[in-house]
Amino acid sequence: MSDSLPADSVGLVTPSHLHIDKPLALDCGRILPQFDLIYETYGTLNAAKSNAVLICHALSGDHHAAGFNSLDERKPGWWDSAIGPGKAIDTNHFFVVCPNNLGGCKGSTGPNTVNPETGKLYGPDFPIVTVSDWVKSQAILADTLGIDKWAAVVGGSLGGMQALHWAITLPARVAHVLVIAAAPKLSAQNIAFNEVARTAIKSDPEFHEGRYQEFNTVPRQGLGLARMLGHITYLSDEAMGEKFGRELRSGKIQYGYDVEFQIESYLRYQSSSFVERFDANTYLLMTKALDYFDPAKDFNDDLTLAVKAIQAKSLIISFTSDWRFSPLRSLEIVNALLSAGKSVSYAEIEATQGHDAFLMPIPRYMEIFASYMQQVAKEVNG
Amino acid sequence: MTLRVDLQIISDWIPDSAHVLDLGCGNGALLKHLQQRNITGYGLEIDNSKFTECIASGVNVIQADLDAGLSQFDDQSFDFVILSQTLQAVKRPDFLLREIMRVGKQGIIGFPNFGHWQCRFQLGMGGKMPVSKNLPNAWFDTPNIHLCTLKDFEKLCDQYGYRVLNRSVVNHEHKDTFGIRLLPNLFGQIAVYLIHNGNS
Repeated sequence: MSDSLPADSVGLVTPSHLHIDKPLALDCGRILPQFDLIYETYGTLNAAKSNAVLICHALSGDHHAAGFNSLDERKPGWWDSAIGPGKAIDTNHFFVVCPNNLGGCKGSTGPNTVNPETGKLYGPDFPIVTVSDWVKSQAILADTLGIDKWAAVVGGSLGGMQALHWAITLPARVAHVLVIAAAPKLSAQNIAFNEVARTAIKSDPEFHEGRYQEFNTVPRQGLGLARMLGHITYLSDEAMGEKFGRELRSGKIQYGYDVEFQIESYLRYQSSSFVERFDANTYLLMTKALDYFDPAKDFNDDLTLAVKAIQAKSLIISFTSDWRFSPLRSLEIVNALLSAGKSVSYAEIEATQGHDAFLMPIPRYMEIFASYMQQVAKEVNG
Repeated sequence: MTLRVDLQIISDWIPDSAHVLDLGCGNGALLKHLQQRNITGYGLEIDNSKFTECIASGVNVIQADLDAGLSQFDDQSFDFVILSQTLQAVKRPDFLLREIMRVGKQGIIGFPNFGHWQCRFQLGMGGKMPVSKNLPNAWFDTPNIHLCTLKDFEKLCDQYGYRVLNRSVVNHEHKDTFGIRLLPNLFGQIAVYLIHNGNS
């Protein structure tokens, strides 16, 4: 990062903390006696408090969605391509809030924070939280900020599922919902990938039943493997082919088991950098939250019935090369909304980048995203 | 904002608070216009830039290919299904027409009349495929691959047992002249039909 920030950046941001001293009853039956949420905000809340946009992050995301936490930061927040002055979620118009989900590892209460009852880190004793628990905890954050109704709740992947859940369970509090590269529930194949990732983590000898921090270690190998696997599902064959092909690092075959192909080197790099920034228990927990997500479950497995309560207008977006949550999965959501007679628009974006496309500034994607948000801004500003 | 004439005809046929589906909705002008009368619904559009125009004007739009049918919609789930100036551009107009009458209680279909005297003259006397204001493309690059006349369309409706509840035939200035009233299939350039599934 140089000492000048890009003009379309939200600039330097400092995260905020919210401590909630009230117990939160979780889906799993356990109660969190108190909890903290860390979040970032961009833009200014208007006097009517009607211009707030909630950003829901994905599996390995966090509250740092845009801008820079320091001038030394090499890369901006994870969705900087979409959030900022003049960008799709235009911070000249909106007050953007992005919290780290409960159970995360970046400052919200989770496995790597201290359990006030024991004075020790929660570790594996942190209760399994669900998407519904996240919505409940973030509704408290909205209350604290004085936001009765979000102008929009926006998310991609797991974040998109959370956005959908917001619209279903707290319909009066969501004016618009944007569900990007998501699915109404995981398929058996999706769950299978998650289980391999969890097995990789749990079978690492350094895992110590999740108490690795007490042993002053980290299940580096397992978490890294989980990330490698995840990363493969985020990209498309085409994107990998374009980026790496069969290129060899040294230019010729070595007939050995060291890194030879560029893709191997890339995956190892991804895995080692991920291990530095993410917590294994959180990874286990987030994959479980994904597996359990199924808003139709309480409605006789009928998604149309599940979305009946929605009052929000919705925009659903999918990407052609996304095979983790393919366009067909988004269409399940769209069709349920159509059947229920809800206000919905749907775009399928041509993209080669696979699931990760939702994070990229693809021109047509950003144009639709921005056009939609401009309509939301018009409503907000009368 | 003034509506294209065929769209004005369609708008006049739709009562307030109806629920509609507009197939090949273009930039969403009709749906936007209908919103003022509390008419809800969706547009279907495949063209990228028209799709974005719909989003930018606050019209519900689903990116979809009409040739794939309307399987995402439930039977009889719309008061009206509209297909304006698009019937001639789909792969199987007969299939789409049946889909329209499956999901809609009534169908509104507008298309350029290939039986107009200028078309007949250009082909019959000039020996060339007709080119007109409504059908501006050459034979080799036209998106209009299934052209029909009023008679052809009415015959297809008859074959499926659809009743024609209303018909409006105009020239491209959207005027209904004496000639059109007398011989619509010869003098009408644009036809709009309101049809109903005869069985219900």
